[in-house]
Amino acid sequence: MTWQSLTDWWWPYLFILLAGWLPTDIWRFIGVFIGGRVREDSEALIAVRAVATALVAGVIAQLILYPSGALAESSVFLRIGAAAAGFVAYLALGRRVIISVIAGEAVLLCGLLLA
Amino acid sequence: MAFFLMASVLPFIAGGMADSGLPSHHADDENLRTRFSWFLSGASLITSIPALILMTAHVGFAGFASENGVTLLQATFMVAIIWALPANIVLIGAIAGGYSLLGAAIAVGLSSIRLMPMVAAFVPEMRGPKTRKITLVFLSHFIAVTAWVMGMERLKHVPRDMRTSYFAGLGITLTMTNTLVVAIVYFLSTDFPPMVFAALFFLTPMYFLTSLWGSARDRSIHVAMVSGLLLFPVIHSIAPAYDLLLTGVAGGIVTMAYVHLAKRGNAP
Repeated sequence: MTWQSLTDWWWPYLFILLAGWLPTDIWRFIGVFIGGRVREDSEALIAVRAVATALVAGVIAQLILYPSGALAESSVFLRIGAAAAGFVAYLALGRRVIISVIAGEAVLLCGLLLA
Repeated sequence: MAFFLMASVLPFIAGGMADSGLPSHHADDENLRTRFSWFLSGASLITSIPALILMTAHVGFAGFASENGVTLLQATFMVAIIWALPANIVLIGAIAGGYSLLGAAIAVGLSSIRLMPMVAAFVPEMRGPKTRKITLVFLSHFIAVTAWVMGMERLKHVPRDMRTSYFAGLGITLTMTNTLVVAIVYFLSTDFPPMVFAALFFLTPMYFLTSLWGSARDRSIHVAMVSGLLLFPVIHSIAPAYDLLLTGVAGGIVTMAYVHLAKRGNAP
């Protein structure tokens, strides 16, 4: 059974439900039951939070190192440099997220224009 | 759309009444009003920087969907019902690649496993003393990376028993608005020069990088973050199919080792 298997109007929606919604929300629901069992101050919660944080950091690294679409054509060193510049600006100039975004984007755009 | 919003808001207001446990109608009204105002204050975050950044990411998604022959209605349905951008991109990739239903479900499932530890860490942060499991199951649908980072940063400033209402406002508004953004951008088939898209796509990692750093309440989160950032490229080159999952596990192990060493160091 593929996306093209049936021509009925409802088939793509059923496909999205079974191949998209179900394998996504099932993990969220399992997460609720695991989260319901860990105590507020327990070691288990620190571990779960560490895994979740490392995972999100992995997503960040993925977006910077292996982006899709228009960003993929830029140099990886430019992207790493822009992210580093944004992060240093954040630490140095009063820890405001907006400053990191402006600094990072400025470096990226300068690099793209010069390339 | 408006009906859906009403239908999704009402259980929280009702839940609030059941939770209060006070017999007087006056107290119920009061509680309801407080809940609703926290709901609105969560919803008002739609104008914050991270919410705007997420919208730009969905502008890109609308283009991606239409390039791959997914219709406007199907694309908007995906955004609302799946509510995880990587899962949506994987699903469209699988559709374009002619995958079977099972193959597509496995690919999407692998990209969404990361939501499990994220939700597990988020639930203790969000639940109040009387929050019912069904409320948490419903609200968990709205947890994706942006709402997670925003919630971990802001929920601690919200009174415990109002946190579900606050997150309902934040999560539901974020999902509905981005669904609408995809519909509108798809309809107008807006196109931008590649440089604009490149700049838009860079907003998300730049924002996540600093807001996740800022949301940490102790050193262990910083250790987890740095190890995740450094381990990802190594693991990606070894096992690209499971890179995120393994990064989470390995980063978690490094962090727990750090926590234990730090504890031993502090012991008298």
